[in-house]
Amino acid sequence: MEMSSSFLESLRQKAMWVRQETLEIHKIAPETRIASSLSDIEIFVVLYYGKILHVDSKNIRWEERDRFIISKGHGAISLYPILADLGFFNKEELKRVCQEGTFLGSIPDPVIPGFETVNGSLGHGLGVACGMALALKRKEVDGKVFVLLGDGELYEGSVWEAIMFASHHRLDNIILIIDNNKISMLDYCKNILCLEHLEEKFNAFNWNVNTVNGHSIEDLYNMLNDLKKNTVKQPKVLIADTTKGKGVPQMEADSLCHIKSLKEEEIDKIIKELK
Amino acid sequence: MSHIQTKRMRDVLLEKIYNKMYENKKIFFVSADFGSPVLDKVRENFEDRFINVGIAEQNLINVSTGLALEGFTVYAYAIAPFLTMRAYEQIRVNLSITSQIKEMNVNLIGVGAGVSYDMSGPTHHCFEDLTIMGALPNFIVFSPSDWTLAERFVDFSIRVKKPKYIRLDSKPLPGIYEGVGEFNFEDGFCELLKGEEVCIVSTGYMTHKALKVAEELKKNKINISVIDLFLVKPLNEDLLFDHLKEYTCIVTIEEAFINKGGVDSLVMNILRDRDTDIRVLNFGFKDQYAFHIGSRSYLYKQNQFDKENIVRIIRELKLKNYSRAALKGIMLA
Repeated sequence: MEMSSSFLESLRQKAMWVRQETLEIHKIAPETRIASSLSDIEIFVVLYYGKILHVDSKNIRWEERDRFIISKGHGAISLYPILADLGFFNKEELKRVCQEGTFLGSIPDPVIPGFETVNGSLGHGLGVACGMALALKRKEVDGKVFVLLGDGELYEGSVWEAIMFASHHRLDNIILIIDNNKISMLDYCKNILCLEHLEEKFNAFNWNVNTVNGHSIEDLYNMLNDLKKNTVKQPKVLIADTTKGKGVPQMEADSLCHIKSLKEEEIDKIIKELK
Repeated sequence: MSHIQTKRMRDVLLEKIYNKMYENKKIFFVSADFGSPVLDKVRENFEDRFINVGIAEQNLINVSTGLALEGFTVYAYAIAPFLTMRAYEQIRVNLSITSQIKEMNVNLIGVGAGVSYDMSGPTHHCFEDLTIMGALPNFIVFSPSDWTLAERFVDFSIRVKKPKYIRLDSKPLPGIYEGVGEFNFEDGFCELLKGEEVCIVSTGYMTHKALKVAEELKKNKINISVIDLFLVKPLNEDLLFDHLKEYTCIVTIEEAFINKGGVDSLVMNILRDRDTDIRVLNFGFKDQYAFHIGSRSYLYKQNQFDKENIVRIIRELKLKNYSRAALKGIMLA
């Protein structure tokens, strides 16, 4: 299904809005991991506004829904504005991120409508997704299980236990997206433990492997649409080539951007330039 | 001489689960490449609800979590120290934390409590599991001493939709509970023997030892009580205290490190909070691992809690009227 140019444009506008809102949240919640939450914005926008992900904000436990596990939970601040916009919770809550008594912390948990699992500890999401995918097959529910992993998260051994499991059991209802921003907490991944030849690694584990420019809305849309329809009896992985801190020039070039925060005046300047 | 029938708790528990799987289509059984004769039947007859995840305890927990979040009642089966300690963080995040906000029924079955894998050395000795599993909110910790209890737990495990740790001895053991009259399972403990002055509190296999100690003391005209603690968490502290307060001296024996959060610590906490003058004597393993290979009896001897020593100490204490000085002397010895 080709994207109409007006639809593409509307998604681009959404991505810009989400980027602004995410930066606004970071203003009131400097403890949020802003760089990690900027590399996956287009992925979230395409999944939700592109209607790849079948979910219903008015019926969050809808049995037929697609499940989405955001295993790199610290990078999900940019999902807050989207979920609020789609009616999962009140938009006013966005002004209270990390304020006392709110349910919107710097890492999301299922107390937030729209989140399926407890996040924050890396390496759990894909294994839990395997259990869910197996359960959906046994229940004969058509929904897919989407998982978002950071590339640095691939250092966790438990992820590879799940990678083996998913292909052995032909869990073709799993669509794993890797936010391949190439930077972990303290350095480029290539300087910590090399993750190169990622496609070959997944190929060797008998996955259906795909790559995409993770900031191209059009490419992401086409690819995810295809993957959802793909009937190959393998779990699918989409390695999304992304830039950590996308949209913030001083972060894009910084190997330590994961642990950095932006000052209010920096954020105002970036938002102005985005517009 | 009559033959004493022994059974593995594991076999009885799994047989009951297997039978339940016929009527309850929501039961899923997941193993980390750990077997039993009953599991062969499960695999054969419930191919679509049995999975062997391989030697991968972390994934065992994660896969079980996903199944449980989708409404299945899951039994996850592995060797106790690997189940609880290799995968502790998966258990903490995906079961303990998650179950506080989402209903989920995952039953972890760990085989090899204490030193039931006596000859396999420190990696297979499981001294820490009660402490660390008891530390997790929202968890139920079950440590049965015989197959009757293990079997009774199955209905409870299906009905109560919470994460649970079921700690099983690996060895075939004689029954304890067939002759025991009615008792409330959910009280979590049972007074198996009623004596005076001294009461042993124990769990799992050690209850068999406690009964042997009581039998030996009886030959010396000393009648002691034995309380078998099987629901270690949640513990009905008030009810347990109602029993404990009748005694002058409480003795705990366990295949765990002394004073590190095991049964001894549970008892000590109950008594401390209630400001009593009851004397307490704790037997268990010293704060080190056991590399010298040997049977359970050998390992107990090495740690001064073989039956003969426990009997001797209780007799000595009685002669000295359970005085604090006598107790202190024993602790120092």
